[in-house]
Amino acid sequence: MDNAVVVTHPHTHETAVHEEHHHVALPQHRHHFETEEQQREAGTFGMWLFLLTEIMFFGGLFFAYLLYRNWYYDAFVSASNQLNVTLGAINTVILIGSGFFMALGVWAAEVRKRSLLVLFLVLTTVLGFAFLGIKYVEYHEKWEKHHIPGEHFDISEFVNPPIDAKTGKASEKPLAPDMAQKTQVFFSLYFAMTGMHAVHMIIGIVLLFWLTWRAYYGEFSSGYVAPIENFGLYWHFVDIVWLFLFPLLYLINRHPLK
Amino acid sequence: MSTTSSTIINLPDQRTATLPKRNYLNNEHGLLSWLLTGDHKRIAILYLISITFFFFIGGVFAGLIRLELLTPQPDLMASDTYNKMFSMHGIVMIFLFLVPSVPATLGNFLIPIMLGTRDLAFPKINLLSWYLYLAGGTFTLAALIFGGVDTGWTFTTPLSTHYLNTNVVTAATAIFIAGFSSIFTGLNFIVTIHRMRAPGMTWFRMPLFVWAHYAASVLMVLGTPVLAITIVLVALERTIGIGVFDPTKGGDPLLFQHLFWFYSHPAVYIMILPGMGVISEIVSTFSRKRVFGYTAVAFSSVAIALFGFFVWAHHMFIMGVSNYSALVFSLLTMLVAVPSAIKIFNWAFTLQKGSITFETPMLYAFAFFGLFTIGGMTGVFLGALGMDIHLTETYFIVAHFHYVMVGGMLMAFLGGIHFWWPKMTGRMYPESFSKLSAVTSFIGFNLTFMPQFILGYLGMPRRYHAYPAEYQVLNVLSTAGATVLGVGFLLPLLYLTWSLRYGAIAGNNPWQATGLEWQIQSPPLTENFIETPIVDHEAYDYEWLAHKTQQEVTTVG
Repeated sequence: MDNAVVVTHPHTHETAVHEEHHHVALPQHRHHFETEEQQREAGTFGMWLFLLTEIMFFGGLFFAYLLYRNWYYDAFVSASNQLNVTLGAINTVILIGSGFFMALGVWAAEVRKRSLLVLFLVLTTVLGFAFLGIKYVEYHEKWEKHHIPGEHFDISEFVNPPIDAKTGKASEKPLAPDMAQKTQVFFSLYFAMTGMHAVHMIIGIVLLFWLTWRAYYGEFSSGYVAPIENFGLYWHFVDIVWLFLFPLLYLINRHPLK
Repeated sequence: MSTTSSTIINLPDQRTATLPKRNYLNNEHGLLSWLLTGDHKRIAILYLISITFFFFIGGVFAGLIRLELLTPQPDLMASDTYNKMFSMHGIVMIFLFLVPSVPATLGNFLIPIMLGTRDLAFPKINLLSWYLYLAGGTFTLAALIFGGVDTGWTFTTPLSTHYLNTNVVTAATAIFIAGFSSIFTGLNFIVTIHRMRAPGMTWFRMPLFVWAHYAASVLMVLGTPVLAITIVLVALERTIGIGVFDPTKGGDPLLFQHLFWFYSHPAVYIMILPGMGVISEIVSTFSRKRVFGYTAVAFSSVAIALFGFFVWAHHMFIMGVSNYSALVFSLLTMLVAVPSAIKIFNWAFTLQKGSITFETPMLYAFAFFGLFTIGGMTGVFLGALGMDIHLTETYFIVAHFHYVMVGGMLMAFLGGIHFWWPKMTGRMYPESFSKLSAVTSFIGFNLTFMPQFILGYLGMPRRYHAYPAEYQVLNVLSTAGATVLGVGFLLPLLYLTWSLRYGAIAGNNPWQATGLEWQIQSPPLTENFIETPIVDHEAYDYEWLAHKTQQEVTTVG
């Protein structure tokens, strides 16, 4: 009897009662999970693990930032002062708003309100686009100022800062040419970090379209909220990355020049 | 040892075995049923086919390298071509063979069954990771066809970003994509091990194979993203000229080394840990004994994973890191030898007074013991600061790495493939041929790489296609060994394919092993288990198996 499929131990008749799980026959329930609870837990756990990999992904960049900021402190201060704090602050508010609507979306899915869910997802998407739009304006500004690393990068503004017409003083502490060269490292990191963040936003927006479409057809109105919830985790993670990027890139050591 | 009296030495008679009518292989038909499958067993087979393909591609490069080194003069190929050969050999073998080898094939196939569940937690992500692997492989082949890469597999900056006009970005894309394949595999394993265990399957009842994969998965999940961002930065530096690693713009190439080795050192543990898991299963099965010091072996996997994250700078001793950090990293490197030795000693004690038989998987396991021990010990030489300065960037390090990766991992992989072949296909491999191939690869391997230790110690640098004439004898030996080794690797490909049709029918449990995977039919059903098993015994409990087998016999009458 080599082919007999004997799996359970013969002495487990009394425990075999556990076997007769009440199998919930919801359409989203996957066959290989014992219960829907297990499926949901596995999904959320998987998402948190994925976010952990994302932390490591951005971690490499943050490490590089930390290192070079210590080495080239003056260049980082001057270069950081070139960023547009107003636009950055507006973007921070927009992103927090977007995260707020996402949280409301999760709530709407949990209380099974289809149209509210769709509305909140759309609002999340709109604010996501707004963020990327402002980011584009900022990138364009850098392009015009020759602050994009590479062949056209220009350090003259850091060596000979423009003179303020009112005070007659330099608007910025001038840097020695070799230190001014290091502003390129700052902008390299600026573009790598905000660029990677923007890529995550774009991926998120694509997923938002897909989720909105599914929500519109009522897929998440019957108590099945796992995709919304897990996407919410992702979206909040992207927000949080920005909440670190904004002070590190825009605000750190921003001081009014006397 | 009182338990030895009850161990089973008689293997079941396979002449009475029949192939089950319904199994995961014949459940559905057609190419699409394979390409769109969510079944972890089918995905494992898909992986097995694709990594075998890339293994032989990488092998061809190895063969050409050895052929060039047959003579001191550069006569077979130009130096640039030679650079491309060893770079492609490294990239293909590491990212497309060694990293996915055991986890993606055997791990994929076995972990759900060993845990008593029907599939991995995320079957679609599992399939996605195979497609990502294929995409990574395609980009690698593209880089090859468009003219190859000659940075070495390490992508050292600024060489890779500034001085070469080969297909660095294509190869970088390949590694980036293949990396995500590995991240998703690791993520799937961790979630499955945490959330999908059958009732009664506690953490310390899990087979050591699962523990080893758990440790390796943690490394995959935490290490690979760092490689991904490093590769992105290299690609950005090469294409649009950002300056994170570029000294002319204020960047530091050493930062690249730190970030690269932060992944690539743990990566060697990603490669070896699953192999160690395979060895634990094989040693226990063919000694008919519980693995000695189960808990110690389980925790040593976790310890290797943990220590593995804090030794990366030992690749950089000659790159100008500070003496103090070199000292600390050297000490930490020595520390890794402790859990590795715990494993080796515990396996040795498992053998003690066991009822040992020498089936092919066991031969591979013995090859692993010897070769991995040599590889590990020479690793301690390289971890010692003074020795490292003499030995690094020579053939000594090439030999060390190959002793661990080929002698360790590849032997474990082949041992595992032979061990679970009956389970995966339902048929036995031909025993005499496979023993021949195991012995051939052992002899061939030593002949190839033992001379390289001496060459390296004498000072022959790696990555050169010409060398002084006095090194020729040892190089000829090495090339001759590579030929034997090639035969040893080609043989399994032939007879395993043959056995798919003509092999003896295996039956459920040809080795009388205790794992859950051996208690179900071979090949298994798509759903693995008809009803969820309830686990009420430890791993490697041979008394439980003997008792169960007796019960089966009495019920059949």
